[in-house]
Amino acid sequence: MLCLLFFLVTAIHAELCQPDAENAFKVRLSIRTALGDKAYAWDTNEEYLFKAMVAFSMRKVPNRETTEISHVLLCNVTQRVSFWFVVTDPSKNHTLPAVEIQSAIRMNRNRINNAFFLNDQTLEFLKIPSTLAPPTDPSVPIWIIIFSVIFCIVIVAVLLLILSGIRQRRRKSKGPSEVDDTEDKCENMITIENGIPCDPLDTKGGHINDAFMTEDERLTPL
Amino acid sequence: MLIVEGMPLLYLELAVGQRMRQGSIGAWRTISPYLGGVGLASMVVSFFLSTYYNIINAWAFWYLFHSFQDPLPWSVCPLNDNHTGYDQECEKASSTQYFWYRKTLNISPSIQDSGRVQWEPALCLILAWLVVYLCILRGTESTGKVVYFTALLPYCVLIIYLVRGLTLHGATNGLAYMFTPKLEQLANPKAWINAATQIFFSLGLGFGSLIAFASYNEPSNNCQKHAIIVSLINSSTSVFASIVTFSIYGFKATFNYESCLNKVILLLTNSFDLEDGFLTASNLEQVKSYLESTFPGKYSEVLPQMKNCSLQSELATAVQGTGLSFIVYTEAIKNMEVSQLWSALYFFMLLMLGIGSMLGNTAAILTPLTDNKVISSHLPKEAISGLVCFVNCVIGLVFTMEAGNYWFDIFNEYAATLSLLLIVLVETIAVCYVYGLRRFESDLKAMTGRALNWYWKAMWAGVSPLLIISLFVFYLSDYILTGTLQYQAWDASQGQLVTKDYPPYALAVIGLLVASSIMCIPLVALGTFIMRCLKRGDTPPVA
Repeated sequence: MLCLLFFLVTAIHAELCQPDAENAFKVRLSIRTALGDKAYAWDTNEEYLFKAMVAFSMRKVPNRETTEISHVLLCNVTQRVSFWFVVTDPSKNHTLPAVEIQSAIRMNRNRINNAFFLNDQTLEFLKIPSTLAPPTDPSVPIWIIIFSVIFCIVIVAVLLLILSGIRQRRRKSKGPSEVDDTEDKCENMITIENGIPCDPLDTKGGHINDAFMTEDERLTPL
Repeated sequence: MLIVEGMPLLYLELAVGQRMRQGSIGAWRTISPYLGGVGLASMVVSFFLSTYYNIINAWAFWYLFHSFQDPLPWSVCPLNDNHTGYDQECEKASSTQYFWYRKTLNISPSIQDSGRVQWEPALCLILAWLVVYLCILRGTESTGKVVYFTALLPYCVLIIYLVRGLTLHGATNGLAYMFTPKLEQLANPKAWINAATQIFFSLGLGFGSLIAFASYNEPSNNCQKHAIIVSLINSSTSVFASIVTFSIYGFKATFNYESCLNKVILLLTNSFDLEDGFLTASNLEQVKSYLESTFPGKYSEVLPQMKNCSLQSELATAVQGTGLSFIVYTEAIKNMEVSQLWSALYFFMLLMLGIGSMLGNTAAILTPLTDNKVISSHLPKEAISGLVCFVNCVIGLVFTMEAGNYWFDIFNEYAATLSLLLIVLVETIAVCYVYGLRRFESDLKAMTGRALNWYWKAMWAGVSPLLIISLFVFYLSDYILTGTLQYQAWDASQGQLVTKDYPPYALAVIGLLVASSIMCIPLVALGTFIMRCLKRGDTPPVA
């Protein structure tokens, strides 16, 4: 009698958990891809941990706090490693709706991943899309900051160069007139030192002293 | 190509500039009054070039500013609206292509949909023009000092990249690909045409910038030595840069090939529930044939999704121009360690090169303007440069619109190619036959004190003009044979480029571009002829 009951229970369990059954999810692990040499073998202990994690996730859902590890059924474990799982209700006759399981797994995805040292790509729940982390957007885009800095530097440099150019030109145009002013002053004030007027010393241009010939003329051309 | 075409023409332009001591318009007018149009045509081509070239600098600035983020913005796809997956366009194309076509250009599906001016590239364009203005502000003397920096820094960066590139995984694949001669490509005349055009552009012949710069040289300067040195350095730099390029290219191709293989392995592992880690690149083919024989039905289901990975096809995806810099290279850089550093370095080098080119172009435009007594007496040097930069910037805003990249491609392909060939041809014929080769030879001898080698004479008088004429004929026949001109448009729904025909007004713009520079030569010649006739009609009573 007991044997019959046992067979009945396992038969029902087998029916509940089947590939493509209602409310069943396929899980795929890529342990060797993720861990390389440190990969662990997938055995029944790891399966127990998996069942525990799923049960833990379901317990966080309101009014499912009584989910036990024995309510999570695994089947069709392949070499890949991949398998199907369902979560049954306490009566072990029906499986819990897929939507609840989906939301529970999504909320606790990170903890499930960490328990197995895997990530979203190496521990895949098919049909449960993972929430991707949005990229951190700073309030002011970084490129605008750098752009404004360089923009200001360039504008300052341009203005400096333009201003110095204008100043140079103004100095050049004022230059000859300033020289004229001083010479006018000299002509007005004839300074006398030792009775000799300094006038001849101040004349601009000067006279060419023929005694000193230029070098070229001294040498006869070849 | 270099020895037969590049060096002689470079020497010719430097000698003309040094002898005539004026910008391109004045120089050619001195050679023959009817040929002032050559200088004007050079100036028009330089004007077109400077209008569209600076947008490349703007893009380099954009990428440079975005290099200071972790992770690099072109290495990850943005998420879609409900955060469950990546943006659809980005999935179909790659993240680097998405960043280029969507984030940088915000490209429209065809040249007809112009869209609005994008403010981000527009800002970068304004910055680029400000930097160029800063460098040319004080004239060629200050430009000379800036060029020390902009010309030498790329060499440093190239050396750093060479060391980094050669140590990358898969670099040897790229180098092997580069150095194995592809004989069937060499037999194709298109390859030789491209080589000739490349020599033209990299030496900067026909733009007038060489004449402009050479006019500032001392008359006794040995321009023959300079011409040879410059062209040799130019070509060896090209070879050096292509070694760096191909090693990084090999890295990218190997990386893509390996990730393609990994995708196939994952697909097979998942479909047939094989043990994880069982399939590797080495036993892939055996396992594939085993699976095909054992599970034929399932295998045929999976087969359409399996891509045929081939290293050769990855290497053979030849890209050139803006695509190479901004898509291929960024893809290679994002896979390196410390990618922000490499990215910033690379785009800084690109910026230096681009600004160096811009300085040459703007010098070609400014030198004739400042040589002109009328303009330079009314406006100071700074104002002329400012005006030129401002006008170019405003026109350049066209390229920041959504369809801007298509217009850029038009300018890039048609603004300079045919016109330059014709300009250089007329230049060579003018110096050799109109001015007289002997007269030019004696001028050079008086100026530099060195006699002209027979080689140069032979090249100038015979070989180079014939070569240019044949290139010209090839180009024209190529255009005529291909019929309607087509362009590559980005299709956002498919995530790849599609070929489309140019609309009539775009064809009109192309025709205008080519015609406006070429027509200068005969028009000015005609104008001078008419003025002379009129003058001759006036003067007989005086004589």
